[in-house]
Order: sequence, then C-alpha cells, then structure tokens
Amino acid sequence: MPARPSPHDGDDAPLIRIEGVSKTYPARAGAAPVAALSGIDLAVPKGEILGVIGRSGAGKSTLIRLINGLERPSAGRVVVGGAEVSALAERDLRAVRARVGMIFQHFNLLSSRTAADNVALPLEIAGWKRDAIRTRVADLLALVGLEDQARRYPAELSGGQKQRVGIARALATGPDVLLSDEATSALDPETTRAILALLKRINRDLGLTIVLITHEMSVIRAVADAVAVIEGGAIVERGSVFEVFTRPRAEITRSLLAGETGHGLPPGLAARIGPEPLPGAAPVLRLVFRGAGADTAVIARLARETGIEAAILAGSVDEIGGQPFGALAVALSAGPDVAARARAFLVGHGVETESLGYLAPNREEARVA
Amino acid sequence: MSPDLVGLLVQATADTLTMVAIAAGLGTLFGLPLGVFLATSRRGELLAVPPLNAALGFLVNATRSTPFIILVVAIIPFTRLVAGTSIGTMAATVPLTVASTPFIARLVEAAIREVDHGLVEAARAFGASPAQIVLKVLIPEALPGILLGLTLAVVSLLGFSAMVGAVGGGGLGDLGIRYGYQRFRPDMMLAVVVVLIVLVQAVQTLGETLARRLNRRIRRT
Repeated sequence: MPARPSPHDGDDAPLIRIEGVSKTYPARAGAAPVAALSGIDLAVPKGEILGVIGRSGAGKSTLIRLINGLERPSAGRVVVGGAEVSALAERDLRAVRARVGMIFQHFNLLSSRTAADNVALPLEIAGWKRDAIRTRVADLLALVGLEDQARRYPAELSGGQKQRVGIARALATGPDVLLSDEATSALDPETTRAILALLKRINRDLGLTIVLITHEMSVIRAVADAVAVIEGGAIVERGSVFEVFTRPRAEITRSLLAGETGHGLPPGLAARIGPEPLPGAAPVLRLVFRGAGADTAVIARLARETGIEAAILAGSVDEIGGQPFGALAVALSAGPDVAARARAFLVGHGVETESLGYLAPNREEARVA
Repeated sequence: MSPDLVGLLVQATADTLTMVAIAAGLGTLFGLPLGVFLATSRRGELLAVPPLNAALGFLVNATRSTPFIILVVAIIPFTRLVAGTSIGTMAATVPLTVASTPFIARLVEAAIREVDHGLVEAARAFGASPAQIVLKVLIPEALPGILLGLTLAVVSLLGFSAMVGAVGGGGLGDLGIRYGYQRFRPDMMLAVVVVLIVLVQAVQTLGETLARRLNRRIRRT
C-alpha cells in the first residue's frame, strides 16, 4: 500500500481552501469568453459536510472539479490538505486524487466490470497487490451494504445500488475528501434518503470531509453542516445550514428554499394575499420559531392573553441541522392594530415575525355570508 | 466435379483463409492502436495532439479511398520489400493488411468514441494515467463494438481477397475467375460462391455470438 503523505499546516487549518478563484472559458468562434466562476473564496474545515447549491449553470460543477484538479482555475489558488492543486502538473495531481474520492450523478460505473471489479479499479490504478485489493473490496462492499451483489454487473443493479458501488469505489483508496456531484439527482426520493444517510454515516464514522453539489435544498438539509449558495459564478451566501435555512438573505436562497419547510404558501392561498388592507382582509404574518424556543404553544397564549386569534394557513415544525425550527403562516382575526399588537406580543416571546400582506376573504365564504 | 477440381477448391479455400487470417491479425495489431490514437488524440481528448490526429486521419482516408485493386498494384515495390516477392499468396497479404489497417482503425475509433465520457472523467478523478484509462476503461468498455467492427472487417477482407488473383495471390476469387469464368465452368463458379457464402456466414455468426456474450452482462435483459 503506498504511503499516504499527510502534510498538515496545523489541525485547525481548513482541509480545503479556495482563494480568489476565477474560471473563464476561452472564447469559441464568434462567442465571447464565458466566465464560469469569479472571485470564489471558500474554506472547508476537516470533517465538515459542505453543501453547494445553485441552479443549473450557476458554476457548481466547475467549482467542485477545481478541488480534484479536473478543472483548473484561471486565477486564484486551490489548496487541498496542504497540496496546491491549482499549481500541480497533471502527473503530480494523480497522487492528490487518490486522497479525493468522487461520486457522480450518473454513477459512471464501467459496464464491463462487476460491482467488485468497479470498486477495485482505483486500487488497480494505485498499484495495489491483488490479494490486498480482494480484502479491501470486500470490506468496502460490506460498508455500503452490497456484500451480496459483488459479482453483479451494473446493468443488473438498481440506481441506489449503483450509487452505493460508486461510493465504495470513491472510498477505495481511503481518501480524506469525498466530492459528490449531484449524486442523488437521478434517484427517487426514498433511495435519495438512503444514500444521503449513508454519506452522513461515512462522514461520522470515517471523519471524511464531504463537498456535495446539488440543486435541491432538501439534500442540503438532510446531510450538510454548512451551505454555500452559488449564483452566476459567485458565492452569494455561506453559513451553517440552520442559519441559512432560517434566515436566508439572498433572493436566490429564498427562491431555492420555497419548497422547503414553512417557506412558501400554497398557490391558491398566495393568490389571495395582497399588499393592501382591504375591508375585511386579515393580516397575514410569517412566524419563525428558531432553536430551543421553537414552542408553538405561544399561539394559544396569544389568543388567551390578547384576544387575537391566529388561523394557521401553512407551515411546519421541524428540525434543521439538528435544531428545532418552525415556520408558520398565520391569518389574524381582523380588527384595528391587530397586526402591530400581535407582532409586539410574539416578538416579546422570542418569535420572529414578518408581514406577508393581507388575506382577502374567500369569495365563496363572502357570498354565503 | 472431378477430384482434381475438388483439390483445387480445397487449396483455394485454404489460401483464402490464410490470407484473410494473416491480414486480419496484422490489421488488428496495427489498426487497434491506431484507432485508439485517432479517438484519443482529437482536440479536447485524453492525448490531444490535433495536428498529428489530422495528419493520420488524412492518411487513413487516403488509403481507404484508393480502390483495392489499384492499391494492390500501386504498392508492389513496398510488397516486394516486405515479402521479398510481389507474387503469390504471402505477397498478397501485404496489400490486404495495408487495406485492412485503416479500415479497422476507423471501426475501433468509432467504438472508442461511443464510450461514455463520464467514465473517462471518473477514471481521471481516481488518478488514472492516460495509459491506464485506455487499457482499463476505453478498450474494455468498447470491446463489444470493437468485436463487431472486426467481424465486419473480416467479411470485407474475404471480398478483397478475391481480387489478389491479379498478382497471383490465389484463393477462392482467383479460382472463380480463372476456372469458373475464363474456362466456362459454371459448376466451379457456383462452388466458389457457395464456399464464400458459408465462410461469411460463419464469421458473422461467430463475431455476433462473441459480441452478444460480452454484451449480455452489459445490457439489461
């Protein structure tokens, strides 16, 4: 087994550092040069799961490929575990790549090799002995729960099983970093959950640092510790998952979060909410319960103590990044100053509020009345 | 048919098989690496050397666009240099090899280019060198396509081998022309055609069976 160099510049130094990186693709006939990334600064501490989210074309594929040198920056530095990836020649990059595993959206398994032989490929490439490979492959297949599928070809495996083979293959050489390129985007929701749980377990058990890119907030929420939001080739928001989910700042983040916990309203309801306090319209608030104080009993107390009733329109109470979090959209009973009084009461009880507008009375109900 | 003629037929079949086997073997030996190089030396590929790729591509096209019967005559000095003579069955394998090499190279190139680019990227991500990518990823993944290409090449070689009678190459085509046509022996002509049909069928079936066996594990049934 080749010795693994462990050049550390201190234990608390980030394992991956991306400093001032830009990537511009040269002009093609008739077209201007394309800037894929600009001014990217990103540090990933050892053991962290960083989720990079953005729409397609935002530059996230390019960003993740900088880390193992599949893409080279036009400017800036990329340092992984002390090795300056952006400065290494292709030949010297190969040693670094043995310490950076990668999994792919479409699995990229060799159809001519069995599951076991696919997992063996990086070990053959690294020059391992045949016996050592056999033992290692058996261990890896057991780790991903595929010990009984070793001799099957990819065509005989389900999508989830193929991605498990992909994960085992990526872990073969014992990397410090795992790069996940939309690894669950081709999988159904149930399989996605299982694969994400596996990634989380590997992160915990092996202390692996994971950088994953995705366009789905649910993926970030399920596994990541930290999130970076990328838009137009630049990082527009970066923070802990809890922070970004509960206090999104950038417009793109809000839009990506729309389908997630407590963000967004059912379309029929959203259509009835306007900015003007029309006669009979009920003020609508978004209430955000964060952290330990996420106690929704406060709504009952609001009714009891101030006489203001709050009808829940949408929302949920959940856990994000291991912390309780709730977001509710409520319609208050109509009346003078209701919104201001309710907000004062709620803020006093540690609940964040945001006015969403006024809910016009339902036409059907109005006609009956 | 007299025993003499049967003997001629057997000898001609043996000559044809010898010529085709040697030309297909050498054509694969030269054509496989050439095809891999043609596929991987294109712009943006693994071993990108666009000028060399263009030069080799031109050479391959030039050879392939020369009618075989003209190629046979045109390279007689080269044939004499390699085989020591320009007449006979062994000499005939030289133009056959020269013609089959670029043909096989193009078929291999096409099969290699069919391999999913994601596999190359994955192999690079695991630290594979270009040689490892070729040997462990591209060729194994392209193998069913390469086998079908070789089958096509062997069938074409059976056809080409009929023309080497022009340089005394012998074989079934030569027998058919000299006995069947020039000596008005329709029975001999028919026998030659039947043997060729059987050979082509056998090669095609063998090639497809091998490719299917390789493919069975690849395609979901």
